[in-house]
Amino acid sequence: MSAEVTDAPAGLTAAQRAEEGQPPAAVAAYLRFFGSELRLVFRRRRNQLLLLVVFGFPLLIGIGLKVAAPHPDNNGGGNGPAVFFNQLAGNGVFLTLIALQALLILVLPLVVAVVAGDSVAGEAGYGTLRYLLTRPAGRVRALSVKYLAIVTFGLVATFIIAITALLLGVILFPVGPVTLLSGTTVSLAAGLVRVLLVALYIAVAMAAVGAIGLAISTLTEHAIGAIAAIMVLVVTSEVVDQVPQFAVVAPYLPTHWWSSFDALLRTPVDTTTLWHGLLSFAVYIVIFGAFAWAKFTSSDVTS
Amino acid sequence: MTENSDQIGAVPGPDASSVPAAGTGLASGYPVPLAIASSGLTKRFRGGQVAVDHIDLAVPAGSVYGFLGPNGSGKTTTIRMLLGLAYPTSGTAELLGTPMPAGAVGVLSRVGSLVEGPAFFPFLSGWENLARCDAADRTADPRTARARIGVALERVGLTAAARKRYRNYSLGMKQRLAIAAGLLRPRDLIILDEPTNGLDPQGTREVRALVRQIAADGITVFVSSHLLAEVEQVCTHVGVMRTGQLVFQGALTDLRRTHAPRVSVKTTDVEAAATVFAKLELADPRAADGVITAELGDTEPERVTAELVHAGVGVRELVVETPSLEELFVGLTGEGFDVER
Repeated sequence: MSAEVTDAPAGLTAAQRAEEGQPPAAVAAYLRFFGSELRLVFRRRRNQLLLLVVFGFPLLIGIGLKVAAPHPDNNGGGNGPAVFFNQLAGNGVFLTLIALQALLILVLPLVVAVVAGDSVAGEAGYGTLRYLLTRPAGRVRALSVKYLAIVTFGLVATFIIAITALLLGVILFPVGPVTLLSGTTVSLAAGLVRVLLVALYIAVAMAAVGAIGLAISTLTEHAIGAIAAIMVLVVTSEVVDQVPQFAVVAPYLPTHWWSSFDALLRTPVDTTTLWHGLLSFAVYIVIFGAFAWAKFTSSDVTS
Repeated sequence: MTENSDQIGAVPGPDASSVPAAGTGLASGYPVPLAIASSGLTKRFRGGQVAVDHIDLAVPAGSVYGFLGPNGSGKTTTIRMLLGLAYPTSGTAELLGTPMPAGAVGVLSRVGSLVEGPAFFPFLSGWENLARCDAADRTADPRTARARIGVALERVGLTAAARKRYRNYSLGMKQRLAIAAGLLRPRDLIILDEPTNGLDPQGTREVRALVRQIAADGITVFVSSHLLAEVEQVCTHVGVMRTGQLVFQGALTDLRRTHAPRVSVKTTDVEAAATVFAKLELADPRAADGVITAELGDTEPERVTAELVHAGVGVRELVVETPSLEELFVGLTGEGFDVER
């Protein structure tokens, strides 16, 4: 090629080159990418509807329970939602726990599954994945940004439930010192801290669902297929967990430790159960995160 | 899209003839820097089908390289490997001197690309889609993002439609948005895979003008196509693919040289014309009903005309036919465009 082509800074490109600016620091660039991903997830009409559904459920539950208010008897023993129901008439804080417990079974995992299943498969389906990678976004970088967005969405959904239920509980029911499952009573502030910890525990459980979802999402170009597969997995796990004959495998199921958040509602806190649960979530995050990484960094983008 | 001239051969940028001709030579044979180089690049799909079979690309920096081949001849698979989207089964590829796919993250910010049609989020506007693209690029400066997106949209004539949702774009607008995404940052290489696919003639002209502008800025352009007319008008170099193999590579002038121009005479007296052709020693004369053709060789067409008139042959029409790239292309790739796979 002739020398003048390389030497002469030509027209628009030269102008562009001058006003292009400086490459940002790696962390700043990462945060920008993450911000863009969050906008993509939260501005999507479908995802906004999901959050609306998640917001509506506590309202339904709260109003329903107010209308058919149970009597505050037979408290202080037993496990599960029944206990929360019994406590509710005496203390509105328990509406948060009832709502979280109820939505944890199907709605919350579904909300996370939609975003997680869509994360990679959706981009592959639209064909935007190839442009994302040739930006270049970097495969590991893109995958991690997508995972963080899933976790954030799960966290936001969990807290929408918790906060909505809490506010409604305060409005509809009396509020005061909280009687824990172990029978001891703590101050309202201490009780709220425990509720906050419950929400965070559930958010970590949803982060594990998100990791499974991300891994499944790297396997297909069809987001709906990935979402369905995640839900089948969740429901299967929940069913198997209920069958006494499978008690041996139960502790290893992804959903087994979800409702163990009630360990936080005892004095002293049942840390053994709690750590078992968190360890289970961490193992799922690591295994499926590694699987997603291995798959996503090694396979051809053919969409 | 201000410059919309469409003259044949008006290719800005490097002079084609200054780049050494190399036929299907190896990358190492070039004394000029190569924007794209590959050696034995091969892609075998899981089913055993060889989509790309040991190709040695050599795209000189500053050239406009037409990557030709019928549908299914392995062009897109090659481009996917060049861009690090697909991993080669064997062989190596380099973009701007950087090995791929290992160096993808470092070099791709200097490469703009359009691969297998545009793809954006339908629920975002053109502007938002470009902002999304820019945010993913780790080396793009966020402070200049607005200005760069604005310039890129203006360059492809989409300023007015910037806030429109992508789903409402026409096919041509979608294609142009994809090109704008490739122009978001100053590039050293632009790879365009079938950039005029599905465009109307006006859109095709616009893309062609854009390619010329990009090339005028000294940027290497690698443009794949199965439509030859468009490539013929903008390219300095061509590579021709056939069933996964690179059957020709070199300057466009070299490709033309492989097929001699022919003189074609429409006359009432074919026999007399044939006698004149024989006297002029024109090779390969072929007579048909009222028409006779032969290779022109070094003989000037003026001389043929003069001799015919001198011999009293009634000439109705005399044409010098330079084979179009289309004809050369079919000669190289064989008939039956997409039946070989």
